[in-house]
Amino acid sequence: MNSAVKTNERAGIDFGRALKDGVIVGIIAFALLGPLVGLKTEQNMSNELIVQNRLGLAAILSVIVGVGRFLLSAFIYPRIAARGNRSKAAATLAELEARAKLTQGLSIVGLIFLFVYPLLIISLFGVQGSIKWVDNYGVQILIYVMLGWGLNIVIGLAGLLDLGYVAFYAVGAYSYSLLAINFHLSFWVLLPIAGMLAAFWGIILGFPVLRLRGDYLAIVTLAFGEIIRLVLINWKAFSGGSAGISSIPKVTMFGIYSFDVSAPNNFAKAFHLAASSAYYKVFLYYIILMLALLTAFITLRLRRLPIGRAWEALREDEVACRSLGINTTNTKLTAFAIGAMFGGFAGSFFAARQGFVSPESFVFMESAVIVAIVVLGGMGSMIGVALAAVAMIGGTELLRELDFLKAVFGNDFNPDQYRMLIFGLAMVGIMVWKPRGFVSARQPTAFLFKRKTVSGDLVKEGHG
Amino acid sequence: MSAEDNKPLLTVRGAKTYYGNIIALKGVDIDVNRGEIVTLIGANGAGKSTLMMTICGNPRAREGSIVYDGQDITRLPTHEIARLRIAQSPEGRRIFPRMTVLENLQMGASIDNMEFFDTDIQYMFDLFPRLKERINQRGGTLSGGEQQMLAIARALMARPKLLMLDEPSLGLAPLIVKQIFDAIRELNRKDGLTVFLVEQNAFHALKLAHRGYVMVNGVITMSGSGRELLENPEVRAAYLEGGAH
Repeated sequence: MNSAVKTNERAGIDFGRALKDGVIVGIIAFALLGPLVGLKTEQNMSNELIVQNRLGLAAILSVIVGVGRFLLSAFIYPRIAARGNRSKAAATLAELEARAKLTQGLSIVGLIFLFVYPLLIISLFGVQGSIKWVDNYGVQILIYVMLGWGLNIVIGLAGLLDLGYVAFYAVGAYSYSLLAINFHLSFWVLLPIAGMLAAFWGIILGFPVLRLRGDYLAIVTLAFGEIIRLVLINWKAFSGGSAGISSIPKVTMFGIYSFDVSAPNNFAKAFHLAASSAYYKVFLYYIILMLALLTAFITLRLRRLPIGRAWEALREDEVACRSLGINTTNTKLTAFAIGAMFGGFAGSFFAARQGFVSPESFVFMESAVIVAIVVLGGMGSMIGVALAAVAMIGGTELLRELDFLKAVFGNDFNPDQYRMLIFGLAMVGIMVWKPRGFVSARQPTAFLFKRKTVSGDLVKEGHG
Repeated sequence: MSAEDNKPLLTVRGAKTYYGNIIALKGVDIDVNRGEIVTLIGANGAGKSTLMMTICGNPRAREGSIVYDGQDITRLPTHEIARLRIAQSPEGRRIFPRMTVLENLQMGASIDNMEFFDTDIQYMFDLFPRLKERINQRGGTLSGGEQQMLAIARALMARPKLLMLDEPSLGLAPLIVKQIFDAIRELNRKDGLTVFLVEQNAFHALKLAHRGYVMVNGVITMSGSGRELLENPEVRAAYLEGGAH
């Protein structure tokens, strides 16, 4: 009888206790915050200290704390307890397949959403109002999704910690800018060239660091990123120094329509639409979407090929790889080169989109953000990396929208300034709860007996 | 048997291997004939694993020569040696923990003879039925014995002419050790597979092997048939007394 009550308690949510918890914690928080936050001393004109009453703010904060505690006790703690009880038996074949199906379903829904997103936004906010949502959110996030997927090949699959990935992004951006301005070549010609140049630099970086692993590799790649940036700053004749390169040509719609306002074949004019930069942004959105999907497609294909398998094996055990006849030198170099190539693609897209590049865009912070996306997403997981890019970059953009918080914290409050703090906290939180990233499970690329009815066979033969 | 068959498959002559300035192998001579199981026994740090790794070219022998199947492989890079059908199951098993059993086996199969994959994998299941049950499970979730079976099966997927095993009995229960040694004997008897076995478990290894070598401090001190060594008083005193009988 007693045990029956106990199991009941564990299964359901005990709102009463959670409410009690919440109220008590709220009161304690108010007792603490009351004097700490609620009372503020300030100097007035005649140099006297005046106590300012901010008990309202203290009360709001206490309520937030109390509600937080309520949510924790009501939903999160029981869940954690339940997870502890669940046996951590190895996933069965059926479970793996169900999971694979779910991921597939989610990917299809996600893809459809990505393709209709600009149309959805235009219908919601109008042509002019769509710019912010398509450009700041859509394009910006997709650039980082693509960079994350590119770096995922190097870090996630091949297990080579590369902290200088932004260097290849820079190579791509400067390749496009310089070749487009000096040789008047189109984006569509220069995109593959930029990718090749970046891949070339990937190999250049790869050669000297072939013997390095882990921390040592990370430091050398970090230095490489800085070297590229410093060369761009100091070699003024080549790159324009820290002033950068401006008026980089826009992408054309395969030479048929242009997005230059002055051009005779301007897209808006040709279709008798009101002049707006929104069309260009939507066009850019689809380009980067296609580029990102190309990255994903190639990565998924490569994972099924011997080279992709070799990357993953290399991440797991280099000695074993060599004893199985894998040329580790070539395997590492291809990982660097292919990862760098996608960085180069993204870089040339970035240059075309901004119309301006300077070394300022390629600081170490960028590399760190991309690495953070890969690590948060779960190394090797495509969907995880995409989710992490949405959270990191979309989250940053969202913080700019939190103006209503000024009503609570006063006019000086700028949520944007707390962005790094919030990210730090969020990352610590994710690393505590999901230490291997959002999506930590590695999807096997091969199944035996998948479409055969033999799977019962697997369960039966319990002796060996 | 033709004359070819009587020639040794692997010949090591005067191999000297260094780790930095420290000499690990002080000129080692061994022969492994076709169709033989040859074992190398010795104490910890004698240089057994070093000899095996030297044959694979990692590290390379600074002096001496290693001839395999009529070809000098002393200076070849490791991956090219492996492609000559010398399969190695390294010390500590070294399977790929995050990959499934099937993917591990695929890694072992060389790309140029993928057409044998299905028959080969079926053969591995006959040899180690346990692997069949675990086929879609991650390598890292297997027990030690299963991992060892996987490591051997992965090496066999390359259809080797010479299989080199480094301490396959390490850390395994006696029953599992017996299973694995039985499998090795089976492979040798049925397919004529040549096996070079490095072992600490001298009793089992010498019982299994046709011939054996004893290594002390980077030098081969004794050699002979498995039975000779088993009955040799020096070997008994050093490696067998008080051991498993």
